[in-house]
Amino acid sequence: MTGSNLILASLLLPLIGAVGIAAASRIGDNAREATTLLTAAALAWAVWSLVPELMQGGRPSLLVTEVLPGIELAFRVEPLGMLFAALASGLWIVNSIYSIGYMRGNKESNQTRFYVFFAIALAATIGIAFAENLFTLFLFYEILTLSTYPLVSHKGDEKTVKSARVYLGVLLTTSIGLLLPAIIWTYTVAGTGSFTPGGILEGKIAGPAVGLLLGLFVFGVGKAAVMPVHRWLPAAMVAPTPVSALLHAVAVVKAGVFTVTKIIIYIFGVDFLFAEPSSGWLVYAAAFTIIMASIVALRQQNLKRLLAYSTIAQLSYVVMATAILKPLAEIGAAVHMVAHAFGKITLFFAAGAIYTAAKKTELHQLRGIAKRMPWTMTAFTIGALSMIGVPPTGGFVSKWYILAGAFQADNYVAIAVIIASTALNAAYFLPIIFMAWFLEEDVPPATEHGEAPFAAVLALMITAFLTLAFFFFNGPVLTLEGQLLGKVS
Amino acid sequence: MSSLAHHLPALQVIVPMLTAPLVMLLKPRGLARAAATAASLFAFAIAITMTMGVLDGSTYTYRMGSWPAPYGIELAVDRFSALLLLIVTGASTFALLAGRRSVDADIDESRQPLFYSAWLLALAGLSGIPVAADAFNIFVFMEISSLASYVIIAGGSDRRALPAVFKYLIMGTIGATFYLIGIGLIYLMTGTLNLADMELRIHEVADQKPILVAAGFITIGLALKAALFPLHVWLPNAYTYAPNAVTVFLAACSTKVSLYLLLRFDFFVFQGNLAGHDIQFAYFLMPLAVLAILVASGVALFEQNIKRLLAYSSIAQIGYILLGASFVTVAGITASTVHLFNHALAKGALFLAVGCLATQCLSLRLPDIGGVAKRMPWTAAAFVVAGFSLIGVPGTVGFISKWYLITAALEHGSLGMALVVVLVISSLMAVVYIWRIVEAIYFAQPTSDLSAVKEAPLMMLAVTWVAALANVYFGLAPELPVTLASSAAEILLEHLP
Repeated sequence: MTGSNLILASLLLPLIGAVGIAAASRIGDNAREATTLLTAAALAWAVWSLVPELMQGGRPSLLVTEVLPGIELAFRVEPLGMLFAALASGLWIVNSIYSIGYMRGNKESNQTRFYVFFAIALAATIGIAFAENLFTLFLFYEILTLSTYPLVSHKGDEKTVKSARVYLGVLLTTSIGLLLPAIIWTYTVAGTGSFTPGGILEGKIAGPAVGLLLGLFVFGVGKAAVMPVHRWLPAAMVAPTPVSALLHAVAVVKAGVFTVTKIIIYIFGVDFLFAEPSSGWLVYAAAFTIIMASIVALRQQNLKRLLAYSTIAQLSYVVMATAILKPLAEIGAAVHMVAHAFGKITLFFAAGAIYTAAKKTELHQLRGIAKRMPWTMTAFTIGALSMIGVPPTGGFVSKWYILAGAFQADNYVAIAVIIASTALNAAYFLPIIFMAWFLEEDVPPATEHGEAPFAAVLALMITAFLTLAFFFFNGPVLTLEGQLLGKVS
Repeated sequence: MSSLAHHLPALQVIVPMLTAPLVMLLKPRGLARAAATAASLFAFAIAITMTMGVLDGSTYTYRMGSWPAPYGIELAVDRFSALLLLIVTGASTFALLAGRRSVDADIDESRQPLFYSAWLLALAGLSGIPVAADAFNIFVFMEISSLASYVIIAGGSDRRALPAVFKYLIMGTIGATFYLIGIGLIYLMTGTLNLADMELRIHEVADQKPILVAAGFITIGLALKAALFPLHVWLPNAYTYAPNAVTVFLAACSTKVSLYLLLRFDFFVFQGNLAGHDIQFAYFLMPLAVLAILVASGVALFEQNIKRLLAYSSIAQIGYILLGASFVTVAGITASTVHLFNHALAKGALFLAVGCLATQCLSLRLPDIGGVAKRMPWTAAAFVVAGFSLIGVPGTVGFISKWYLITAALEHGSLGMALVVVLVISSLMAVVYIWRIVEAIYFAQPTSDLSAVKEAPLMMLAVTWVAALANVYFGLAPELPVTLASSAAEILLEHLP
């Protein structure tokens, strides 16, 4: 298959899958879950088949239609998008395995709706990853917001609907209020919104307007959760855990930081932005978010909320790395997307497994739980170590590159923040690990339990393994993202 | 052009107008509806054919009885009027195809032929306005459509429609009278009623007081008919208490036709001839448009009845249309005219979905539609799609409008920036009021027993979905409305000095 056919297949397969899942649900639950797995596998195949062409420097593209003069619905695969799509589609397979265990284990209602919208959300994610221009990106960005709403509000009770309202409210307000004007502004001054190596805005806009436009973009992309537009992420934790795991640790949030990174590299251009003093605030905004979110995480009692605030902090790592505007830091940003994805999805899987097996959600309930769920807590420990950035986990690799980039730019604020945040990460993760492994249960559980269903445990072991493996085998990612170097330095 | 094609502008009006008295005679069950639907479909087909015909830039002109203009009656269809004809005939056809259940529920069977007859007269009047090329015939068609609209709005069983329609009648008559006074004054000064002729002749007397007064009367009169804030008070109740099928028809097109006329008259006759008129026009309309957008959206935020909520949203959308026009630029008028089409699609689809809900729910207040999505999944989903379009989610027609409006506003420097803020705020308000309905139908606890509730009739649902999907289709392939709208902008701006 040619590149453009593969792009089309990547976009259509999850949608066809969504229809298939709905149809298969008439036959039975097994048929429905089989369709989900099949769709996930087919999507991963289509996306991963694009990798060889990218590695050789190819840039497959696909023009669907010209919606308005100069405004195209078009796709073009470049290293950053390839990485994001490969990550999301690959983890969807693992997540689908986990979902089966989780959804059945908790006897959730409306499971068909859950799988259908999950597939649509994945299609939107791929659309974001492969978007050739700002318009296409915005289209899929909004579809992703809307298609995840039914997943967040899955439970349907009053508290959930209220949280889902915050989720939708923040994401739509920022995207319509800030991102859309920024996009139209860009089209108006540059005459195009295509992602072009080196950027399209140089010479078209100057002075404080650059900082303002950057602000509209960064805060307009609410999915990147740079404070103060982060509130939706803790709100989204009311969703079933597979949603939190794949969407609110990988697909949706990474779509946010991916968009920010892509806009900085391909719309502004790294060198243009580096030379423009009015853009300097972004490092500080991201640094503030990292520290504040970590402090808030310290004070959380609910495991999923803690993970959500940890995600907010980790997302700003990517934003800060991008904002350092040095080649090594840009690579660090890309690598961190992957490393954080493996680590955080593992943590969420573990949190969901604990909920499924023991119905426990609060930190203080976790005393001694490792004795009952050793596999789960092993994976949790690996994920937590990756968040802190301890070798041999993936988190160490990205931290290395971001620090290297910060030194390249002599950006001591960034260096100090990374050090401080490492300490904070340790301060909120290590007590949990200690409590789980070394303390005795103070209250016996309501019912005797062991590990969560096999599918869930299998999934979290896979991602924990990936977290470790990424420390040793990160070559292909570095090679692929190394292509960014040639164009950004 | 074949001989039949030549007569299309006349047939556009004549088909519904002559079918109207025939329909009245069709007493047996269902026949009146079938005949009215057939006439409306035929009119829709004519509109589509003429749209295809004018796409290459040509214009249909037709002289009634072969009398030459400006002495005889002239009909003319260019791309701007074709756009309007598509909206009017399309809205009528969709509403009739879907409206059987609503009409059966609201109107006694013996009176249905009369109702459909009035409907066709309204259709004839509304399609006559874009077709007619002289000011007096426009007035005649305006009166036909208004009188017929009063009848079909009040035709339902809801007695609250009577005071609503009385208010509409008073206000509508004032509007039409103002328009007539304006025409009278112009006729007095120029001796002509043909718009093209008027444009040439008014030039010599443009500085005279009667012409200025006429411009004022005509603008205010048409603004009243178009429900421009703060002349909108007749609209919410008229839309709320009308039978659902009527709401679909009129909400999609009746104010649009008045807006069309307001733009056409102003640009054809006044803009090029009256000194400083373009600035007066802009500074009169722009603040009103902004107020319409903000105030009406604000009211919609707190409204409990979903028909009235959508009616207030319509008033806000009229503000969008006039805001675009008040820029008096190609980009602005394109935005404005493309939104005529797009809003008709979005609001038509929304009211169709509301009609589906109304077949099953006791009332259309938010608490009474709680949780119906479980029993009516297809209706609810269609409502969501159409709602996205009203909000302006990319991939729907609403987004195309928004893109053009913001682009047009950005041409205007710091004033434009402020207007972008207004547009953004109102979009967010639209998110809130649409989402109130979505949350109600999906998540609210039902207040009554829903076990008897089932999906709306298939035909109704099918039409609703066609309308909803049209929002997506023209959102991704907006070539047709955008072509028509941008040439409408050129047609109007040609008349500027």
